[in-house]
Amino acid sequence: MIPEIGHYALILALSLAIIQAVIPLAGTYTNTHSWMALSRPLVWGHLLFLTISTVVLANAFLANDFSVIYVAQHGNTKLPDLYKVSAVWGAHEGSLLLWAFLLAAWSAAIALFSRNLPLPVVARVLSVMGMISIGFLLFLLMTSNPFDRTFPVPFEGRELNPMLQDPGLAIHPPLLYMGYVGFSVAFAFSIAALLGGKLDASWARWSRPWTTVAWVFLTVGIALGSWWAYYELGWGGWWFWDPVENASLMPWLVGTALMHSLAVTEKRGAFKSWTVLLALFAFSLSLLGTFLVRSGVLTSVHSFASDPERGVFILIFLLVAIGGSLMLYAWRAPYISGGGRFDLISRETFLLGNNLLLSVLAGLILLGTLAPLIYDAMEWGKISVGFPWFNKMFVLLTPFLALLMGVGSISRWKHTDAAFLVKQLKVAFIISMVFGLLTLLPMFSGGNLMVGLGMGLAMWVVTSHLVNVKERLKHKAGFNGFLRDLSGGGRSYYGMILAHMGVAMFIVGVTMVSNYGIEQDIRMSPGDTADIAGYEFKFEGVSEFPGPNYNAHRGRFLISKDGEQIAILQPEKRTYFVQTRPMTEAGIDWGLTRDLYVSLGESLGGGDWSMRLYYKPYIRWIWIASIFMGLGGLLAISDRRYRTARKRSRSTSTLTAGSSTTAATESHS
Amino acid sequence: MSRYLRFLVPLAIFAVIAAFLFKGLDMNPREIPSPLIGKQVPEFSLPLLEQPGTLITNKDLLGKVYLLNVWATWCVSCRAEHETLVQLGRMNKVDIYGLNWKDERVAAQAWLKQLGNPYAANIFDKKGRTAIDLGVYGAPETFLVDAKGIIHYKHAGPVNPDLIRDKILPMVAELRKKG
Repeated sequence: MIPEIGHYALILALSLAIIQAVIPLAGTYTNTHSWMALSRPLVWGHLLFLTISTVVLANAFLANDFSVIYVAQHGNTKLPDLYKVSAVWGAHEGSLLLWAFLLAAWSAAIALFSRNLPLPVVARVLSVMGMISIGFLLFLLMTSNPFDRTFPVPFEGRELNPMLQDPGLAIHPPLLYMGYVGFSVAFAFSIAALLGGKLDASWARWSRPWTTVAWVFLTVGIALGSWWAYYELGWGGWWFWDPVENASLMPWLVGTALMHSLAVTEKRGAFKSWTVLLALFAFSLSLLGTFLVRSGVLTSVHSFASDPERGVFILIFLLVAIGGSLMLYAWRAPYISGGGRFDLISRETFLLGNNLLLSVLAGLILLGTLAPLIYDAMEWGKISVGFPWFNKMFVLLTPFLALLMGVGSISRWKHTDAAFLVKQLKVAFIISMVFGLLTLLPMFSGGNLMVGLGMGLAMWVVTSHLVNVKERLKHKAGFNGFLRDLSGGGRSYYGMILAHMGVAMFIVGVTMVSNYGIEQDIRMSPGDTADIAGYEFKFEGVSEFPGPNYNAHRGRFLISKDGEQIAILQPEKRTYFVQTRPMTEAGIDWGLTRDLYVSLGESLGGGDWSMRLYYKPYIRWIWIASIFMGLGGLLAISDRRYRTARKRSRSTSTLTAGSSTTAATESHS
Repeated sequence: MSRYLRFLVPLAIFAVIAAFLFKGLDMNPREIPSPLIGKQVPEFSLPLLEQPGTLITNKDLLGKVYLLNVWATWCVSCRAEHETLVQLGRMNKVDIYGLNWKDERVAAQAWLKQLGNPYAANIFDKKGRTAIDLGVYGAPETFLVDAKGIIHYKHAGPVNPDLIRDKILPMVAELRKKG
């Protein structure tokens, strides 16, 4: 009976979503205050019912209710409780429910934090959120109902994919989805602005913190996924250019471009139509990612159950959502007034460069991801685009991003003197060049150009931003001045600095691990030792031991350096009872400057095993970088500007509400 | 005018992508096309399963459109698809020839007696040589061959009623029309 409550709540949520999409928007055209005001309570009801649905599904897993097909397929009595809960989003149906739930949660957040927005804007934004929700709820109810029952009731569930039984992966999808879904807010604001015909600085100011929050979630979510792939897949890699990974990277790149473009639109009123387009694309790519993962159009190691019938539904949804919004764009964007003028050397120009590079990168990934499909459809044969191509494109373009980053953040809006830039950045440039060249010396890299380039660029990002901070604090008294700046209006500035430092760390991590990483595939007998990068790996043997829902072979390694033991590593190979696929759990000794990584291969008989041993220098920096970026984003949105903006718009709210009502009436007539 | 057209560019790009995605729904990215499509059925001369003394060759099969189904009693998926083949046999729309692959004659005959025999005849490929020539990498596999002995389609894995209705039978009709 309880699962039916979940199902019923889903249907009620759909009904509310339909009303939420129609009535408030209609209210903005007829200028009916009560219709517009309805949007907030509707959103809360919508969220309430989806919360009920989600809780009911989690409860079905916890109660081992195998009469629910989804639970029978992914639950099991022996599954630890944590994974029973994470099994809710461990497969197709449930992860869609999570999507819908998070969408409702974001809508509710808008309802909560929009007290200072003019009512027509709120009504339009929440209507658009409702429309997106309709799409997802229909998809759930028509093709992917997680509450479908089965009879006869299976005695035991088939259990969650063992690969997903991991704390990192338990929270990876919710974070990632928070990011994907979060871009729906910027999308909804843009659509609302296009509908209302008012694209101005206040639209950009409202969109900015939402976009940044979504971006923070996406950043951390992607990093978590990469970290998980690193320790769970046993290949020692951190990024595989898998279609599903690409599907998350594209919205990230476009989202990053959007954040920067929004800054220009808010501060200078420029790039308006471009910013709108990025907002549409960031969310469209999130939707496209869902389509690629769910439809079975592309092969991927993340092969969730895919199904062409679902593919047809999502494709129609994409056509309506993306096609519709781009049509609206083509119709309304020509009337968007141009922004303030700017000179060739100005912050606007550099940010435009950054935007173009990020968009081109996203476009290239889209091309590379879809290339196998395009080739197949054109009957040019089967191809697969592998990591060498993607890597080449990134190595080709990202250096320019790093260069622009240093110049752009120090230049002024509208006009910057070339002489000023040279004067400011001279020292930073020389230091970076020298540092880059130094790393080319025989004792460091022996002339490896990639290392020189990477280290030089990282140094450039760091030094140019140090100059930037120094310049900012020139007229502020010492450390106290910094603190005052931080508690005052400087947070978004320091957030930017922090996030850019993350980029520098990322460059260091990627450069080091791809040029100095060592991997060795060897056969080892108990008692054997292997020597990698000055570390001695002594293999003591493999023993068996039972886990809660699996049996494991656990290897034991003593790691020593210069005769001194520094770590014991215990890589595992697990065989889960239900889904008998073997799973590797790598043994990792982590450190800031290097990881030592052991993964068990196959048993070769007589106690011998094939092993993969890795030395991964600075690989942690890649993930720490994402923490810096995430913290930078959080710092930026805590800026006083957004709070004062809120107060300011409250005092003028009657005025704005009045003017946008006129706008609504105009567009009505 | 160009001022307005410019803003249609994103929509146009999306339309192209959507067209490919739509096409992609019908395609199977895991499907590996058989290099034999468009080529002749390889030459063979093998005994019949039903009559060990009678030989059948690729030339005997010329002159009609037929399906060549690779199967074996040790193959679990073959058992799963067998009912579908029996139904297809009852429809009398296309001849099905079996290639009994690396199997025991007695077991294979018992199987047909027990589960029904949809085949016009069965080629007994005990050593699996012809299967290798056909590029079979697992049973069941089904080939569609025209009157000139040219392979037009290959399906790896069990056939299902949808596939027969939507793909195989239309292709059969088309090949017959061509003559």
